[in-house]
Amino acid sequence: MSNLALIAMLLMLMALAYHLGLTRSRAVASHRDVRLHSRPGYYGTLVALWCGLPAFALFLLWSLFAAQLVDTLVVQQLPVDLVASLSDRELQTLMRRIAALADGRGVAGGGSPEELAAAAHMARLETIGQLSLAAVTAVVAVVGLVFARRRISPHWQARNHVERVITIALGASSAIAIFTTIGIVLSMLGEALRFFSFIHPADFFFGTVWNPRFSSAGAGAQGQFGLLPLLWGTLMVSVIALLVAIPVGLMTAIYMAEYASPWLRSVAKPIIEILAGIPTIVYGFFALTVIGPFLSMLGDLVGINIRTTSAMTAGIAMGIMIIPFVSSLSDDIITQVPKSLRDGALGLGATKSETIRQVVLPAALPGIVGAFLLAASRAIGETMIVVLAAGNNPVLHANPFEAVSTITVTIVNQLTGDMDFASPQSLVAFALGLTLFVITLGLNVIALVVVRKYRQQYE
Amino acid sequence: MTLSIEQRREHRLTTIEKSLARRHRKENGFRRLGLAAVLAGLTLVTILFASILTKGIPAFWQATLYTEIHFDPEVIDLPPAPVREAGETPYAFNERHTQWMTQVGLVNWQSLIDASLERALGEEVEPRQLRDLRALVASGERYALRDRFIADPSLLGDTVTIKMLAGADVDVWVKGNIDRDLPDARQQLSPQSRAWIDVLQDEDVLRQSFSTALFVNTDSRSSLASAGLAGAFMGSLFMMLVVIALSVPIGVSSAIYLEEFAPKNRLTDLIEININNLAAVPSIVFGLLGASIFIGYLGLPISAPLVGGLVLTLMTLPTIIIATRASLRSIPPSIRQAALGIGASRVQTVFHHVLPLALPGILTGSILGVAQALGETAPLLLIGMNAFVANVPGTPLEQSTALPVQIYLWQGNELRNFFEARTSAAIIVLLGLMLSLNALAIWLRKKFETRW
Repeated sequence: MSNLALIAMLLMLMALAYHLGLTRSRAVASHRDVRLHSRPGYYGTLVALWCGLPAFALFLLWSLFAAQLVDTLVVQQLPVDLVASLSDRELQTLMRRIAALADGRGVAGGGSPEELAAAAHMARLETIGQLSLAAVTAVVAVVGLVFARRRISPHWQARNHVERVITIALGASSAIAIFTTIGIVLSMLGEALRFFSFIHPADFFFGTVWNPRFSSAGAGAQGQFGLLPLLWGTLMVSVIALLVAIPVGLMTAIYMAEYASPWLRSVAKPIIEILAGIPTIVYGFFALTVIGPFLSMLGDLVGINIRTTSAMTAGIAMGIMIIPFVSSLSDDIITQVPKSLRDGALGLGATKSETIRQVVLPAALPGIVGAFLLAASRAIGETMIVVLAAGNNPVLHANPFEAVSTITVTIVNQLTGDMDFASPQSLVAFALGLTLFVITLGLNVIALVVVRKYRQQYE
Repeated sequence: MTLSIEQRREHRLTTIEKSLARRHRKENGFRRLGLAAVLAGLTLVTILFASILTKGIPAFWQATLYTEIHFDPEVIDLPPAPVREAGETPYAFNERHTQWMTQVGLVNWQSLIDASLERALGEEVEPRQLRDLRALVASGERYALRDRFIADPSLLGDTVTIKMLAGADVDVWVKGNIDRDLPDARQQLSPQSRAWIDVLQDEDVLRQSFSTALFVNTDSRSSLASAGLAGAFMGSLFMMLVVIALSVPIGVSSAIYLEEFAPKNRLTDLIEININNLAAVPSIVFGLLGASIFIGYLGLPISAPLVGGLVLTLMTLPTIIIATRASLRSIPPSIRQAALGIGASRVQTVFHHVLPLALPGILTGSILGVAQALGETAPLLLIGMNAFVANVPGTPLEQSTALPVQIYLWQGNELRNFFEARTSAAIIVLLGLMLSLNALAIWLRKKFETRW
């Protein structure tokens, strides 16, 4: 019996259980003076849960361990001297051949007598396993069903039980967020520590040369893994992006919040927010095909040689990407400034712009700084734009019109194509990822604290 | 010096008047600055879309040849296709089938195309010019011809008009994406091929036709003109199914728990801070997580949409949780109090009363989250979804790429003047999908919006 059929069987049993619980509880409640604790549907659900949950748990456990168990049993049955003569990899190949014979796919040459015997054994074991799994789950399901159905009585608080199961399921889903974070931290920490067993942390964090070489060059030819050129490139691109996004975004927010007519607001705001929904790969392509050539044309006009892929190209594209982010966050914060402050300033005779510059903005400053920090963290973690448009040149230099490389670009370069997690060349991606995670986390935490403080101030 | 009261007043008034003029100028300047910023934003959106549309839309039409192919029995000399016999193992049949396919592969399909082009040109082509002739047709077309014959062996001996994609270089030339005055050495096509193109265009054998290849073919490296999005589209579809199946139920449940049931304690505080932080973690970090845990530790297959879907699920969860919580929070407490007041339990209150009212908001948030996941590229690169895949994946466990990754792969192709347009076309397809998802979300919000 296949797994799918088994699941279908369990679901049908659960439906039956629901029905039985429903009719049973109705029968119990048929006397006039008997009042059930819960409505019949809850009894039905509870019986179905008793029937299905243990059986499904068993099924899951079985699916996790059955294949290994069968393999072990088959290997034990193979001739001892044959197993001893094989390396691990050869044994794996053999097992694959046996499995192919066992499920009827067949192999080239038809298989040796030992293989055929083992395959027959494996097929037998698998049949036994499947049948016994079906039998055991069916028994567990039926036992649960009968047990729960017999417990149905007016005093059994079915609703409370069902609701507890629901609450536990809801709570378990919210724990997934925690597990994700733990997973991120543990995976990156683990792999980063392995990286630091090759390269000393000081050489990584304070090294000024990035030259990882290729992993195929062998362990003897270890390259240099200095973080600083990458960090510098990241900073340069992010600062350019913020220099583009902050003035435009902030002025847009101010104009939208204080000056714009409702009509302009209703038209322009969604259009600018479209920018936020565009995938970053599209910005990268835009940078590469429009911004880069445009800058290089400008350079030709002035008489300097500007490359199409440079920190400037990537920074401008990234700045465009975060304009809506800055403007919508600042907009929220500016509209939160109490009207009384504005009215006070206007009442003293200040013009609108004076009110904004000397009253509203200083009052909103913490929130706006928080928004800038969030924007900065987004710029630092952005990948595709820099992969396409920054030029990948991990060298310390101060010219924004030169190519640079960033942390994210390097993660992509070091980890694509090569999934060999044993060389420092690919493990360094995790050390870089950890650095990136810590930097963005720090920025976010500071930003959240600042914004929260600001909120409290005006609540 | 003493001034009379009158004079002093006069003096003060002129000062004020002067400063007022100055302040009003400043006011206007500031206002214009704001307007300029808004206009700059709007201009940027316009430039972005204009550049992609002008580049991409022509790529939906492609230089195509309509020629008569004669399925010459002298060239196609094949036994009938093998049929599986009773009692034959799949392996044995496979072997026989492979043998037959080898024979099919040995047929010189290209010569059929050559012959038909010769007829269209109305001239004998010398053997040394064959290269120039073959440059006209996308090299994948001979396989298309083969597959067509396998599907319908009765074509043998017939002459049929067949639509074939012209080579990528031909498309570039016909569309004028290359400078026609470049010297021969820097042209992608030989002078002979270019001359033939003119002849074929005059005879209307070669014309622009809507490129179905872009939608029904998979990526191709050997036959660039026939590269299409079908594989990437299926990969993205599988991933989105995984994302919807996992992130929506989990996200909504966890939001319900945090908003409606969770006791206020340290643990729930931690979960809350944690979710806010996860929402701001760079997407590439989720890719690292996927590479290390799903592929390295759990041993799931590389490049599979399932793994991509799992990674994107983890990435979208915070978005959906935050949107759902906001939507639940906007339901006024009076609804809950009324339900509790007439004796509903907390679970009943939430599932019977609060959740139905919050549903439009939850739906909107979920759709936006899925749209965001659809456009994400960086984490997919780290789990190997940038591999070249020549098949349409049939299950979420097969190798595949995704739409945004296909864009990444195409923009890096060396044949710039062909693939820049093709990439823009792919971007239009992706943006079209994303914008329609967004429009759906906005429509839902507008339709069901309630003001309490």
